[in-house]
Amino acid sequence: MTTVAMGSSETAAPVAHWQGGVSPFAVSWQKLMMWIFLVTDALLFAGFLASYGFVRLASPAWPEQNEVFPMLKIAAMTFVLITSSATMATAVGAAHRRDLKRAMVFVALTALGGLLFLLAQATEWATLIAEGARLTHNPWGPAPFAAFFFMITGFHGSHVLIGVILLTVVALRLWRGRATGMGVEVAGLYWHFVDVVWCFIFPLFYLL
Amino acid sequence: MSAEAVHAESFIRRYLFSTDHKTIGKQYLLTAFFMGLFAVGWSILIRIQLAWPHANLPLLSRLFPGLYQDGVLLPERYLSLVTMHGTVMVFFVISFALVSGFGNFIIPLHIGARDMAYPVLNMLSYWTAVPACILMIASFFVPDGAAAAGWTAYPPLSALPQAVPGSGWGQTLWLLGMALFIASFTMGSLNFVTTILNLRTKGMSMFRMPLTVWTLFISSVLGILAFPALTAAAIMLLLDRHGGTSFFLPSGLVVGGQVLEHSGGTPLLFQHLFWFLGHPEVYILVLPAIGIAFDVVAVFGRRPVFGYRTSIWALLVIGVLSMIVWGHHMFTSGMNPYLGEYFSVATVAITVPFAVLGMNLIASLWRAEIRLHPAMLFALAMIAAIGLGGLGGLWLGTASSDMYLHDSYFVVGHFHFMIGVVTAFGIFAGTYYWFPKMFGRMIDQRLGKIHFWATSVGVFFAFIAMHFLGLGGVLRRTYDPTAYEYTASVTWLNLPISIALFLAAAAQVVFLVNFFWSMFRGQKAEANPWEAATLEWTTPSPAPHLNWRELPSVFRGPYEYRTDGRAAGYRSQVVPDEPPAEVRA
Repeated sequence: MTTVAMGSSETAAPVAHWQGGVSPFAVSWQKLMMWIFLVTDALLFAGFLASYGFVRLASPAWPEQNEVFPMLKIAAMTFVLITSSATMATAVGAAHRRDLKRAMVFVALTALGGLLFLLAQATEWATLIAEGARLTHNPWGPAPFAAFFFMITGFHGSHVLIGVILLTVVALRLWRGRATGMGVEVAGLYWHFVDVVWCFIFPLFYLL
Repeated sequence: MSAEAVHAESFIRRYLFSTDHKTIGKQYLLTAFFMGLFAVGWSILIRIQLAWPHANLPLLSRLFPGLYQDGVLLPERYLSLVTMHGTVMVFFVISFALVSGFGNFIIPLHIGARDMAYPVLNMLSYWTAVPACILMIASFFVPDGAAAAGWTAYPPLSALPQAVPGSGWGQTLWLLGMALFIASFTMGSLNFVTTILNLRTKGMSMFRMPLTVWTLFISSVLGILAFPALTAAAIMLLLDRHGGTSFFLPSGLVVGGQVLEHSGGTPLLFQHLFWFLGHPEVYILVLPAIGIAFDVVAVFGRRPVFGYRTSIWALLVIGVLSMIVWGHHMFTSGMNPYLGEYFSVATVAITVPFAVLGMNLIASLWRAEIRLHPAMLFALAMIAAIGLGGLGGLWLGTASSDMYLHDSYFVVGHFHFMIGVVTAFGIFAGTYYWFPKMFGRMIDQRLGKIHFWATSVGVFFAFIAMHFLGLGGVLRRTYDPTAYEYTASVTWLNLPISIALFLAAAAQVVFLVNFFWSMFRGQKAEANPWEAATLEWTTPSPAPHLNWRELPSVFRGPYEYRTDGRAAGYRSQVVPDEPPAEVRA
């Protein structure tokens, strides 16, 4: 075997030798990129929640959550957010069937669910602040308790807000008939992620 | 109309806000060199202080009035220099050049793609990195100077603005700069991983990719997994500094005679979060350098890489292990000895895959027809540096010996081998190797060899000697090495170390002159000057916009070189298999 000139135009090799070129997950790069982004974002929340666990374990005492948070309201918020995931899934299905009108209605419903959640979150913040919760201290226990509460729910809430904006844009695009099934699905991925994060925050911060 | 005219873009579109992965790669590389000037400059000031701790230096005092007073380097500014040298070198020089620079430039060319998956995000990544650089440099010009809590930014030093002069505005700018850097790096990593998984050309299976791409892939995945922890830490540290929270601050802290109001937090949390990133970060930087070494050794040794697949498995094992060993940076923090035992064992286990990589590199040289091009010289010297750095790592990864060596110059010598010499030699090997493809001209070999020998002699001497300083008990970040009498038997080494490093720094001037001179005046390069088999050499030099007229198809692995005693042969990845005899007939 000696040097083979480049681009030598011998007979093309049999196709059977082709091994690559097909994406391993058979997804578009947009969807793949969103998935990978969600991994890093999930790890950011994991960092916050792990820090919360670390500080809580290192603290001699921790407030009784039942006495601080209105649990019924939190449960209702959780219900609304998880329901919005169901409407989102319906919207994605409709968009893939090119039923854009139905998709638009369900994307709008999803955004509405997000808004309701945010509203409830805002009133919860307002109540706690009125009761004396601050970043620096709080009436119930160690200072980091309220700090972690504001930081974690604040970060989650800002994610919900971004999601609501994203969904509004998607709904408008659907209205004009410009959104693709994949576009709706990628937005949906983000929305489900925001939901899943709440499914960790809710038990770890409010219940345990 | 010629193809040139079709792609005639304005200067701004073409060189500033370009979405072409090759331009972005070069932008990152040049930015890394620019930031390197600062980082090396700071290290020169550090070395002057350590070599002549009691000298009066009126000239430096006049040049840097903020750092010196009456010819003496201010101790708090010394801490700023150490902090910023580390930060800028790790994140803004090595990471920029190796991961973002070569990554952007070479990934699409290596896998047969026209560009990154999302070119606009790629451009955004670079233009997020630029303000990060500006913030870092600017932090030297704010009141009280740049961050001084070390590149690890441990609280409470970094969390309390009144703790040390650099903990004021300098630390805030440091945190904001790092936040922008992380955002930029994450955007880049998203692109790298997606591109490598989804945009490979026909025939380019994962196990036909050059090892450089594999290492960049694993680095990007590690970055995606590890950086969020630092993001979380940076956000909490910013809140501690400016929001009054106490995530990292326990009760009872006294600064300047005053008891602080903070309570309930723990500084240990920051160490965990920081090193959860910090340790993988070492591998994020070291692995691409090793990947480049593999490619260079194969091309200039005219032999296939030994154990291509075992190298990939070793890289994957290193990637997994790197995520679970961060505690070996915290042996002295008072962690449970059982936990320390676990971190020791896991750390020392990394030796196995690393030895596989090193041995594969060496075995690739078996019966090789070595061409001593500067790229090859740097790749070969890198193998030595991996060995020396790895041996030091064994001492530091073992809790019992680390107890003695922690925070000493032994650590400084060790990590300068791993993330200093290995990575810098990776950058140089890559630059000498891909220069023709980047700029369409050859880089001068004679100057390259001068650069190599001066750099190697300087850094190998200096960083080996630092190990002995550490064994003698000299602590890192020490402003005045003569302050402790018990280290007097070794501190004389500081002067020869400084001189060796000045030699290495001077060699970089040779490199930069060579780089820019060759960029404009070098000999024109052919498409494939090294007779290399990988895809980037199947397109003209410099690679045109969108890389190929027609995307190449791949038929074989990246390292089909062969020496049979008579002539060096190779088969490019695009050469089809010879058809069976009946077809030919």
